[in-house]
Amino acid sequence: MSGAVISAGPGAAAPQAGGTDRSPLPIQVWAMAGRSVIRLIRQPALVVPSVIFPLFLLGVNAGGLNAATNIPGFPTDSYLTFAIGFTFIQAAIFSTMGAGQSLAQDIENGFFSRLVLTPMRPSALMAGQLAGLILMGQFQALLYLAVGLVAGADFAAGVGGYFVLAALVSVISIGFGGIGLIMAIRTGSGEAVQGMFPLMFVLLFFSSMTLPRNLIEQDWYRFLATINPVSYLIEAIRSLFITGWDGEALALGFGIAGVVAVLSIALAARSLKGRMLK
Amino acid sequence: MGQGARKAQPNGIEVEGLVREFKNGPRAVDGIDLTVEPGEIYGFLGPNGAGKSTTVHMLTTLLPPTAGSARVAGLDVATQGAEVRKMIGAALQEAALDPNLTGREHMKLQTALHGLPKAQRARRGDELIERVGLSDAADRRVGGYSGGMKRRLDLALALVHGPRVLFLDEPTTGLDPQSRASLWAEVTRLSVEDGVTVFLTTQYLEEADQLANRVGIIDAGRIAAEGTPAALKAEIGRPSVEVLPVDPARRPEAEEILLRFGTAVPASGEALSVRLNDGIEVLAAIVRSFDSAGIELASLGLNEPTLDDVFLAKTGRHLEGAGEADSGEMPLPEAEPAGAA
Repeated sequence: MSGAVISAGPGAAAPQAGGTDRSPLPIQVWAMAGRSVIRLIRQPALVVPSVIFPLFLLGVNAGGLNAATNIPGFPTDSYLTFAIGFTFIQAAIFSTMGAGQSLAQDIENGFFSRLVLTPMRPSALMAGQLAGLILMGQFQALLYLAVGLVAGADFAAGVGGYFVLAALVSVISIGFGGIGLIMAIRTGSGEAVQGMFPLMFVLLFFSSMTLPRNLIEQDWYRFLATINPVSYLIEAIRSLFITGWDGEALALGFGIAGVVAVLSIALAARSLKGRMLK
Repeated sequence: MGQGARKAQPNGIEVEGLVREFKNGPRAVDGIDLTVEPGEIYGFLGPNGAGKSTTVHMLTTLLPPTAGSARVAGLDVATQGAEVRKMIGAALQEAALDPNLTGREHMKLQTALHGLPKAQRARRGDELIERVGLSDAADRRVGGYSGGMKRRLDLALALVHGPRVLFLDEPTTGLDPQSRASLWAEVTRLSVEDGVTVFLTTQYLEEADQLANRVGIIDAGRIAAEGTPAALKAEIGRPSVEVLPVDPARRPEAEEILLRFGTAVPASGEALSVRLNDGIEVLAAIVRSFDSAGIELASLGLNEPTLDDVFLAKTGRHLEGAGEADSGEMPLPEAEPAGAA
């Protein structure tokens, strides 16, 4: 350390002694979002599995379950086209864990306390945490779509459908990301956030991920898939691949994703206000 | 202590009956009173688990008090948290940094969140990074920094917004002697030249002794003693003299001489020691007495009371780690990675 003086008070570039005014919300959001994206880019060990594993599962399903397309009433003759919608949802859920764990890590290592001691607004913290998640979702959407098209999947909605897909993936990411944030804020523990993972998998597997709901023979399974909101998210994305523009499926998908996003973000904000100081 | 209704000075600290009780846990802070004057360096000394960090967390608004009151820079920590946070800077016990960001990126984030005008952000960040000697490492990720470098960056981050009161929670724990001395110098300058009030917790006696204008000794959540280091030491007693005769056969004669000047106290090894009846002015007379008697001494030492003696006198036990600090030994120095400034 040099022997020079650290000026805490007024100096060449020092602010007025006694603190500064609160910075505008957009500046805070931008600063936090930048940090979130940098963290994401610099942690490939966290990012790569959440990108690769859904693709791996897609490959296994598409290869092993193609015979399902022979079932009368199956909506397409390509199981890859049918199954790829699930990949986006699975990736979003993986990313959820990432957002929650990232915040829990901040709480555990004290960085959250440093942020709390600044005049930052809670909304800036949340928006910042979610920014990386949305970016990740967009990257995954583009990658999975490209891989799917190269592997022979149809994308009936065409170029315009990509933008709808990107928008839906963003809303879904915010919704699931909000759930991750709630867990992180309430528990302050990365392990607790990870503990959500099996629960999320249950939601995924008791959905219409492998078969259309009308073709599920077991009543109880069909019932669970019908009341499971994840089914409608998958079906909205799936519709862009198989049908093209299915207004009902998209409305349900956007509606449910929007409700989950609003509820989870509202709850996360409430929890965060409780944890941050008055 | 216990200044009653006296209003806190603009950037001082005033604490009355502060308590923090954890659910199903101990009373970490048990009714402390203290006053820190503006521009003063206040050393909060105590062993691990004494309640130092809990006190800092309450004073920095990170933890609400269970009872009592505290005003920092004239503002109530319980009801004016946002205003308090504008006035304070804090470097907490664990350097609160993101291992994925570089030092410069930390400064950029902190200056933006504190609302510095865009034109000033980079300049302020660079200035502080340079002042803490991290210019060469500014663009490296913090995950690769040594403990000392993290501490320095933590201090720089705490100063971004020009705080009037600075809280440093065990800032030199784990630092090598050189980094520790530099940090002491800078904390002193912050206080003397910028008029920043510094509340510093430490478990190192030497640190409290050399750096703090006044010291509060905390044990089991209570303030055991408070005052200037000199006053605290003077309060508990007089200095002692320890001698070791070259010829062990002349030990009884040496003891007889020493007892003319004071009362016997335990000494280390084969040495003899007395607590002086008067002050250190008798030291010359002691030396002359040994000279007259022809007793050659292998060593002669004057031991002033230490803050550990104060702690012992007030609590009945030694402060943890006091031995290392008193002997001048520092905690194990950390290796600074290549490129560290």
